[in-house]
Amino acid sequence: MNPVRPVAVVSFAQSKQVRREDHRNEVEMLMPVVSDVFAQVGLTKDDMGFVCSGSSDYLVGAPFSFVMALDAVGVWPPMRESHVEMDGAWALYEAWTLLQEGEVDTALVYSFGRSSPTDLQRVLALQLDPYYMAPLWPDPVALAALQARALIDAGRADEKDFAAVAARSRRDALANPNAQVANDTPVEELLADEYVVAPLRRHTLPPVTDGVAAIVLAAGARATSLVDRPAWITGIDHRIETHALGARDLCESPSTRRAAQGAGLLGGSGAGGAVGSGSGGTGGGGVDVDVAELHAPYAHQEIILRDALGLGDSVRVNPSGGALGANALMVAGLIRIGEAATRIMDGSARRAVAHATSGPCLQQNLVCALAAEPGGGA
Amino acid sequence: MSGAGTLTDAGGTGEGPVTSVATPIRVEYQYTAGLAQSRFLKGIAEGKFLGQRCPKCHKVYVPPRGSCPTDGVATTDEVELGNTGTVTTYCVVNVPFQGQSIEIPYICAQILMDGANLAFMGLIQEIPADQVRMGLRVEAVWVDRDELGPNMASVKYFRPSGEPDAAYETFVEYL
Repeated sequence: MNPVRPVAVVSFAQSKQVRREDHRNEVEMLMPVVSDVFAQVGLTKDDMGFVCSGSSDYLVGAPFSFVMALDAVGVWPPMRESHVEMDGAWALYEAWTLLQEGEVDTALVYSFGRSSPTDLQRVLALQLDPYYMAPLWPDPVALAALQARALIDAGRADEKDFAAVAARSRRDALANPNAQVANDTPVEELLADEYVVAPLRRHTLPPVTDGVAAIVLAAGARATSLVDRPAWITGIDHRIETHALGARDLCESPSTRRAAQGAGLLGGSGAGGAVGSGSGGTGGGGVDVDVAELHAPYAHQEIILRDALGLGDSVRVNPSGGALGANALMVAGLIRIGEAATRIMDGSARRAVAHATSGPCLQQNLVCALAAEPGGGA
Repeated sequence: MSGAGTLTDAGGTGEGPVTSVATPIRVEYQYTAGLAQSRFLKGIAEGKFLGQRCPKCHKVYVPPRGSCPTDGVATTDEVELGNTGTVTTYCVVNVPFQGQSIEIPYICAQILMDGANLAFMGLIQEIPADQVRMGLRVEAVWVDRDELGPNMASVKYFRPSGEPDAAYETFVEYL
């Protein structure tokens, strides 16, 4: 969707992303981050026209945990509030859509995710179709390995390419104080890792992460009154592929490409936006941006996403370290939008694309286009 | 899978179509109580109720969860409460259920501890069910000292304290 009304990210905050948050509950994790995201723009919860959160009860095993999490915001007097059982990137999409209606000018979006309280491999198997797949408990690493193998068999990449993505991500994460996995390890050394599930070695897997994040959105003049350089959302879209893994070509991400078109980043949707000359493998040009924050939990998925978006070599991919640096479920996608927006707000980028994924093997994809100008600055 | 007892073979053996599939699911979790709730549970293990006060609205929450749900700020001051409180409202449980350990009828009540601004649920004993009423003053009865632990089983139940009933105006805000 392209905006009928300019809406921007005006502040972003996240917790330190850690392997295991031992002592604090979700509310205690969220409170300092919510305070931070408000303090950056001098606002309070009373200034918010809408609050939307993203999380999953499956992660902590507590029904309605998102209702308890509202204690971190304080919803009195009663507020207009919503929740999605998804990554916070989708909560941001809902908030952005509501802001398009023009009734309210501001929104708080937050998400929280603990991946540590349970066996993530089992929990993630439960997102598969309940008749034919879930009863077999295929874990997400095995499914991702099938995808990586398909990519190798198609001659599109090899294990060294996967290691190169991991090495670059970990090195970039060194500059991100909130990242969980950050180090400077050469590709050759990474390739000496044992396989977890061939052809995936430890470094190609996302870390198990606990963390939270929050974003404040503001519309039009309200955004420019709050910050010098709002990160305008010039388009956002979400597309889903079939749950039947066998019916998909796992080497491609057509849903990402469609979402990029829907967000006005690629030709083909009839929407405005820049069409660049990226070297995409899927034809039709590529996304013309300075920075891309891609939610690729597995190293090989970055290669698929780059191709789907047609990102050229000049595009800086995941300067934050990406999901290989930290991957709190339900949070890592919102962080991608926050990181991309930060690059706009700090002046280091004029245009950026943020991406969030959900489901096995990149089943669902959300693409968010951001720019220093409300019209995209093309 | 051993649980798939109702599977029948539709593959030409003449046993008819598959009508249902059993797919047992079990997932285990490690629960993190949080800083505030951990303080509360450690207090319970010592035989006392610990609440936390909101720095903005000054309400005292017990059990505390670390934030004021009204103001959205951290509750920082710890408050030790006494052993007595007031029944704000209650229900008579007449329905037996699996695993029930108390004889029916019994009383499940909302109890507002003195000095607290949030009522919590408790069992009322040592009084006939038909004599329990709103405003009844009660006190906590704890398990023996050596049986105390960081869980609500440390509080056996609440019983009448013998004090005169609390006036309706003193707890109407908490109904």
